[in-house]
Amino acid sequence: MDMEFSPEDLAFQQEVRSFIAENYPEELRGKQDEGEELAKEDFLAWHKILYKKGWVAPAWPVEYGGTGWTPTQRFIFSEETARADCIRLMPFGLAMVGPVIYTFGTPEQKAYFLPRILSGEDWWCQGYSEPGAGSDLASLRTTAVPDGDDYIVNGQKTWTTMAQHADWGFFLVRTDKDAKQQEGISFLLIDMKSPGITVRPIITLGGEHEVNEVWLEDVRVPQSQRVYDENKGWTCAKFLLAHERTGIAGVAASKRGVEKVKAIARTELDGDKPLIQNAFFKRKIAELEIDLTALEFTELRSLAGPNTGRGPGPESSLLKIKGSEIQQRLTELTLEAVGHYGAPYFRGFGEGDNEHPIGPDYAHRAAPTYFNVRKTTIYGGSNEIQRNIIAKMVLGL
Amino acid sequence: MDFTYTETQDMIRDTLARFLGDTYDFETRQKFIASDEGRDPAIWTALAQDLGMLGAAFSEEHGGLGGGALENAIIMEELGKVLGIEPYLPTVVIAGGALKAVGGAQADKFIPEIIAGNVIVAFAYAEPQGRYDLANLRTSAKKDGEGYVLSGHKGVVYAAPWATHLLVTARTSGGQRDRDGVSLFLIDANLPGIVRRDYPTVDGSRASEIYFENVAIPADALLGGEGEGLALIEQVVDEATVAVCAEATGVMQKLHEGTLEYTQQRKQFGIPIAKFQVLQHRMVDMFMEVEQARSMTVMGTLKLDLPADERKAAVSAAKNKVARGANFVGQNAIQTHGGIGITQELAIGHYFKRATMIEGQFGSADYHMERYEALTLGE
Repeated sequence: MDMEFSPEDLAFQQEVRSFIAENYPEELRGKQDEGEELAKEDFLAWHKILYKKGWVAPAWPVEYGGTGWTPTQRFIFSEETARADCIRLMPFGLAMVGPVIYTFGTPEQKAYFLPRILSGEDWWCQGYSEPGAGSDLASLRTTAVPDGDDYIVNGQKTWTTMAQHADWGFFLVRTDKDAKQQEGISFLLIDMKSPGITVRPIITLGGEHEVNEVWLEDVRVPQSQRVYDENKGWTCAKFLLAHERTGIAGVAASKRGVEKVKAIARTELDGDKPLIQNAFFKRKIAELEIDLTALEFTELRSLAGPNTGRGPGPESSLLKIKGSEIQQRLTELTLEAVGHYGAPYFRGFGEGDNEHPIGPDYAHRAAPTYFNVRKTTIYGGSNEIQRNIIAKMVLGL
Repeated sequence: MDFTYTETQDMIRDTLARFLGDTYDFETRQKFIASDEGRDPAIWTALAQDLGMLGAAFSEEHGGLGGGALENAIIMEELGKVLGIEPYLPTVVIAGGALKAVGGAQADKFIPEIIAGNVIVAFAYAEPQGRYDLANLRTSAKKDGEGYVLSGHKGVVYAAPWATHLLVTARTSGGQRDRDGVSLFLIDANLPGIVRRDYPTVDGSRASEIYFENVAIPADALLGGEGEGLALIEQVVDEATVAVCAEATGVMQKLHEGTLEYTQQRKQFGIPIAKFQVLQHRMVDMFMEVEQARSMTVMGTLKLDLPADERKAAVSAAKNKVARGANFVGQNAIQTHGGIGITQELAIGHYFKRATMIEGQFGSADYHMERYEALTLGE
């Protein structure tokens, strides 16, 4: 057991650093620093640069376009990209449907979709939740009825992140109404330009348009776009939920977040001293850092420990719970740190409003981010559902 | 980067677990901690001579297995699982650690004796006024000819009633809280002028108040430089602190497992109480604390070799997290057991007692939080 990087790892770390320094788009960096709302092209800019380098899907098997990196190299890569504040790649293609397709898909599905996910040609969204099916996902009611070689899909999905940009969506639909809940579900890939699909925005607390309602009315979907067997979609869904341990905890990004909060607390004054010298605030930062260290080493034990290569397991629920709690505490501390200037509200740029927002730059997004990040303990299986998973799968209760 | 154990390390763990499984069940332990001696000396002898366990963390030239802090952590975790009261911590981790650090003739003399099980060392460092400050010392060692004369009072010296030797911190110069002027001595426990008042501790061990009444000690009892001992003491106490974190991990694991088991047997409202979601989620929270304690123990252990300030920050982070976790897991184990948890009858309450003492051992969560802050946020 050791936490040393080998000379090869150190060389790799240097290579990643140099690559980011030389290739990260200046314009995107500027927008991030200003806290501007990002457009589709912004999200894709870094994706496409990494794709060209062959680094866009480190976790994928080499045969499908992965990098073949060791767990240590993957760890280094995620550390370095977070340290440099690189934008997070959209997970829906790369981390979610991609692994489902290369694990369960037909040769045709693999050949068509995987290269387009890698290149960023297709933007994906996830059609899981419904108005009546949140934590109880398996109670979903969107139906797919066979019609010749197609299905006819009807229903409503909600909380569909970034569906406004999506070319494709992966959907859980009911193909057998009489079967036990989990046993009548299928996993469909649906072209978002299909007739009958309507995407309506849902505006969240911070004023962002991230999530949507997706309505499906008599949408015709070829059966060849079903992944895995009919009525076996739940298998894909479960696989997807537990997949991609790397990054689920968000350790590297949270480390960067701690540094940002510290920088704010060094600037903000509390009496005649920087806020960071306030004993109570300092204690909260220290406790957060320590908890983050515990999360980091829990993730490292799971990545580079005895179970390496065994595939993700229910311990990823622990990483999700603790990781999301820490993300929320970070945004809360940031909002607390900026004081009065958490209050002024800006819709963002690009609406003909060139006026610079009021207050220090670091304060502009503090409140919207705090409000927005309440989502992390709710999405991807709420933290209460994650506890149910651990209770059942790990503790055997 | 690698977070796996070697085959030898797995073997050490398995061998020790098997041995303790045979010799250290709860009832047997309760019997020998209630005896006059307060322990079963045959176990220490067996650990040394039959299992070679006391040599796991020492170099091969001294007759050990060539291990170090990781081996200490493995052994401490296994001892934690059985509420072991064996003086492994003061003898091997602390005295052994100090001897490894100073090397030379003293190491050559004592380490083989420790490995053979002939020497038990108690660590006499705490003083009634000193709280967790290792430099806050009234005990003095005054130069007298070639040797020293030791005077003062050391409190709550675990394992002292069993010790053949004492590892003593004392002031050779400077004011009561100065960093300079602190020295470390390894002395015979039975020298004239050493007065002990022995007593049991709440967590099943034995300890003593020790009064040094002008005890003459030889020059070669000094470990390291005279008046320059604090850095060495801080280092071995950090090593001991992560070892205690490892023990805590074992204790917490058993508290958690015991709770899982009990809630599946205990029925209320006609069903096992483990079926209640409120208890399931609490047991998940306990599980997460156990896992994080394990992670922090690994983190602290792997960072022991870093430069002093980084090492101290890492150890304090570990101890803070483990102390908070031990508190949470211990209290919730008792709460979940209900009335039976606060009796002497089940092992669970005894694990709770040890977990509670570990919280404060070598510094409470607050003490370590403050040390962490001073090192990482002290601007």
